Amino acid sequence: MQPREPRDPKSSPPGYITKSRIDVTQVIEDVSSRSAGATVLFLGTVRDHSEFGHVDMIDYDAYVPMAEKQMRTIEEEVKTSWPECRIRMVHRFGVLKVGEISVAVAASAPHRKEAFEACRFAIEKIKNEVPIWKKERLADGTSRWVEGKRLGQPRPEQTRTGRKASGAVQRGRRRVDPRANSSRGARERL
Amino acid sequence: MTIRVTVLYFGQARDDSGLAQESFTLPAGATVRVLVDKARLAHPRLEKVLRSTQVALNEELASGGESLSQGDVIALLPPVAGG
Repeated sequence: MQPREPRDPKSSPPGYITKSRIDVTQVIEDVSSRSAGATVLFLGTVRDHSEFGHVDMIDYDAYVPMAEKQMRTIEEEVKTSWPECRIRMVHRFGVLKVGEISVAVAASAPHRKEAFEACRFAIEKIKNEVPIWKKERLADGTSRWVEGKRLGQPRPEQTRTGRKASGAVQRGRRRVDPRANSSRGARERL
Repeated sequence: MTIRVTVLYFGQARDDSGLAQESFTLPAGATVRVLVDKARLAHPRLEKVLRSTQVALNEELASGGESLSQGDVIALLPPVAGG
């Protein structure tokens, strides 16, 4: 294994959404802690089949700035429910082949109960609350977008906050949101 | 007075419109709902997915009645399937 540069703590925090291959070793390292006795790693990988037949590839589409915001919210919810837990989540988008890693979630905690719970909570949230879509490319040459779930409820109609999206709208551009908290608040624990 | 806004198409909506994004000109104060109708008129194939699609306004889920301003970004979000 090649030696890697340790991440510079002064650089901006790592994002949650990437087009590149996920560095699983880095994800595990990101949750390492001297007080952790347990580390749990979840990997979502592209499976070679679905109910519709043999799958060759999955094309993941993502609304990157909104997905980043949602994953930050999920991280905050984990920290609220499991204060001693460290969590790191990364989701990849673009065209992935069978066997490739689409999402990684690592959770560490003093004890395994919390580490398992937090990791599970996070991946379930990612599957339900993040604006990401997947299109299966089947061996027979057809493609289909996988049936998904509706996102949580929008806020009731009210006066606008006055916030605007940044001027140059580009797919894939990450936008840092200065607001720390989601308007929807923490969800119930699973 | 007119305003110019951007619509982002994701998932099935991206395939149905054939576009990742598109700009529309509207009267100032037009609502999100009016804009979605315009997108539907421009791309009739969106009809089916729009029945289950949610809309975000500047990266926040919208209910449809919000009025739009110059430079707003509206995203059409079919039911999500990440992970």
